[in-house]
Amino acid sequence: MIHLKFEKRLEQSRYSFVGVLVLSIVLALLFGALLLAYAGANPFVAYAEMAKSAFYSDWKETLVKATPLIFTGLSVTVAFRMRFWNIGAEGQLVVGGLAAAGAALFLPEIVTLPESPWVWIPIMMTASILAGALWALIPALLKAFLGVNEIITTLMFNYIAIFYYQFLYTDAWKDPAGRGFPGSARIPSFTKLPRFTGRVHLGIVIAVIAAILIWVIMSKTRQGYEFRLIGENPTAARYAGVNLFRNIILVMILSGGMAGLAGFSEISGVSFKLQQGLAVGYGFTGIIVAWLARLNPFGVILVALLLAGLLVGGDELQMSMQLPAAVGEVLQGMILLFVLGADIFTRYRLRVVQPPVALTSGD
Amino acid sequence: MPDTSAPIAVEMRGITKRFPGVLANHKVDFAVRVGEIHALLGENGAGKSTLMSVLCGLYQQDEGKILLAQKRELSPVQIHSPSDAFDLGIGMIHQHFKLIPTQTVAENMILGLKDTPFNLQMTAIENRIRDLADRYRLEVDPRAYIWQLSVGERQRVEILKVLYRGANILILDEPTAVLTPQEADELGAVMRNMASEGKALIFISHKLDEIMAFADRVTVLRSGENVATVEVSNSSKTELAQLMVGRPVLFTIEKPPSQLGDVVVAMEKVSALNDKGLPALDNVSLEIRSGEIVGIAGVAGNGQRELAEVVTGLRPTTTGRITIRNRDMTHQPPYQFIQQGVAHVPGDRLGMGLAGNLPVSDNMIMKSYNREPISSGIFLRNQMIRTFAQNLVKAFQVLTPNLETPARNLSGGNQQKAILAREITAGKNLTKGDEPPFLVTVYPTRGLDVGAIETVRRELLEQRAQGVAILLISEQLDELLALSDRIAVLHGGEIMGIVDAAEADIEHLGLMMAGELHI
Ligand SMILES: Nc1ncnc2c1ncn2[C@@H]1O[C@H](COP(=O)(O)OP(=O)(O)OP(=O)(O)O)[C@@H](O)[C@H]1O
Ligand SMILES: [Mg+2]
Repeated sequence: MIHLKFEKRLEQSRYSFVGVLVLSIVLALLFGALLLAYAGANPFVAYAEMAKSAFYSDWKETLVKATPLIFTGLSVTVAFRMRFWNIGAEGQLVVGGLAAAGAALFLPEIVTLPESPWVWIPIMMTASILAGALWALIPALLKAFLGVNEIITTLMFNYIAIFYYQFLYTDAWKDPAGRGFPGSARIPSFTKLPRFTGRVHLGIVIAVIAAILIWVIMSKTRQGYEFRLIGENPTAARYAGVNLFRNIILVMILSGGMAGLAGFSEISGVSFKLQQGLAVGYGFTGIIVAWLARLNPFGVILVALLLAGLLVGGDELQMSMQLPAAVGEVLQGMILLFVLGADIFTRYRLRVVQPPVALTSGD
Repeated sequence: MPDTSAPIAVEMRGITKRFPGVLANHKVDFAVRVGEIHALLGENGAGKSTLMSVLCGLYQQDEGKILLAQKRELSPVQIHSPSDAFDLGIGMIHQHFKLIPTQTVAENMILGLKDTPFNLQMTAIENRIRDLADRYRLEVDPRAYIWQLSVGERQRVEILKVLYRGANILILDEPTAVLTPQEADELGAVMRNMASEGKALIFISHKLDEIMAFADRVTVLRSGENVATVEVSNSSKTELAQLMVGRPVLFTIEKPPSQLGDVVVAMEKVSALNDKGLPALDNVSLEIRSGEIVGIAGVAGNGQRELAEVVTGLRPTTTGRITIRNRDMTHQPPYQFIQQGVAHVPGDRLGMGLAGNLPVSDNMIMKSYNREPISSGIFLRNQMIRTFAQNLVKAFQVLTPNLETPARNLSGGNQQKAILAREITAGKNLTKGDEPPFLVTVYPTRGLDVGAIETVRRELLEQRAQGVAILLISEQLDELLALSDRIAVLHGGEIMGIVDAAEADIEHLGLMMAGELHI
């Protein structure tokens, strides 16, 4: 009888991953087409609309949405490289945003500094990096000293951050002049990131610089070497004299700091105040970004652009074809699903098995 | 006595296997008879493991075919995966065991079997294991958990596992490398037993004595080619070594008299626990001087690993004091030991000594990445890393296609050479030359071919001549006797006695190793 069988590949093709990624996107689009057709739309028209919107008519929005995704993608990349499973980028983003908004709203009343973006942007960036890093530091310390599983703690810390942030914008920091709408007051103009065109702001440039920086740290420095060694073999790392505690804490500061910057760029570049919409899942999507980019900082930029395009395209579908905007997110989810599912093909190959020849030959 | 007219059990014809940049096997012809123990011999990287991986379906050959005896006839077979190989009665016992520590012997046995029923009849399975164990004299308790077993016992489980699946052709890749000499002898008896039951056995080993003692025929590979297949009874150790290396190999080496210097390492009444939290070292006191090799003899599992980890800072001590050049190092982290010029060739290559997925170059700088000239400031200097790694690879003849190859792709012996290269150099570079470094080597020649063993032993003596203090942990008495100045015997975590190697009496050592003599 002929049947199908998975076989482990001992020699993995270096390019199989790219093939798998492309294949996954195609498959996700095909399945998405089924969904679209079910929703009563012509999938070809819908996809054309999405692509046109994401990468032509609304390309500026794509850049705006890609900015936080690059930061969170980098955040996850750094941690995952060391096999530290930080899934708390969402919470770290939120506290980063809180710190940036807090600094912009309240600090000018306390200290007198020149009212210039050149002064205030760095202050807010520092505040958000510190906040994100601190938020990540607690799970890191728990892991380093007590061996507490970081997946659980980083996940739980997301919710603490998110609920606290909701409390702040609906209550403690709520703008009294906001006519009952939940949200803080607007941040002063000298704390806003300059915009280039449309809503595209300086954050995208900072994100690209951050990606370069992360790449340099990861592949050119002693620190990056230590991260790599720990990620590949912690016993060997210890044997090589690497201080594991120090590295867990460092990697989380770096990772949390990156996520914190995502929060900063949203507050200072897009919303200009603390309101609903800061915690919309960029931290979680960052995991998808990092994974699809195979933990490569430059890959993060590309994947972030692609996923941002899907979000923008999804919004377009809602507006022009009255389809749910969630189509974009559904496609995102499906691409990841297919990539994870197809990962098996980079490690295994599928073969049609005919009964071993010798078993049937002879009499 | 082997039957030279016995039918062929499996034949490989013209097997060629390439890896990027490497021709691992080139037109190899190889055949094993029913009831035969066929040894496979060759230098590190000669292609032995690769050839066997082709036979058991882990790799696909690029050229050539495999023929298997089926109903008295040799017919070609396609082996695409280990499970194909199993279906054809071919089973391989790998050097790195693949057992699940938290499960019992019986549970491990049925793991991955296709035809296990949903409601497991464990007693039936256990009985079948006992039958097999009795038949082949492979005593193990089917209910024991793997983590409770010694290395030798685990190996028996691996063999039983293959037998349980009905293999007729068994491949053992360096099975004796991790065994004590006694365990190796027992394994030899087990193999004889299996052969007399009509199994065909392929046995990879670097130990010529074992091959002479256990095998019927031996095939010698050199640079991926079959250079000879000979009857063991018509051959000799010298001839085999010559065939394999292509030059005569000296089995004895000259040890010049020692030039003892100051005490480099001193342990005073050191005790420590093992991984399970049980006492592993008990009041160990030992001094090693500059220019001295102190050998540690003992049956594996008597505290050797813990001793090596304690003197390199990897394992905390519970009591006692460790000093290096009179500096108190007790409770210092591994980094401080490295800074003091302590180098360490660990017993577990891929577990501790290497990061298998990282390139050879990254592995070579493990002990020097945070110093000039490998790094400057916070940055690594890629050009320097390349030169540094290249030099080590050249000086120690590590066979690797290039420096970017992941370390796990090197042959077992070449992984060992890479670690030796790095550690021997590391100690020297660290202590600026004026202070003698300290080198801890655990089973340094394990998995090396006879030629490489000769080179490594020479290198250790050369280090000794340059004033390095060396702690040599080994299971081979001949190695300890050939290299050490003094030999300390470890039993149950305790030092039973320290004797002068020149006057050591093998029987006395044996008694001490068994814990029956304390001096
Ligand atoms: N997966 C792999 N990818 C690339 N090269 C490989 C791979 N496996 C083995 N090689 C190369 O093939 C050659 C033969 O290796 P092999 O492991 O068969 O040697 P060996 O005879 O078993 O040596 P040893 O005695 O050291 O175990 C070596 O040069 C090795 O680097
Ligand atoms: Mg091998």
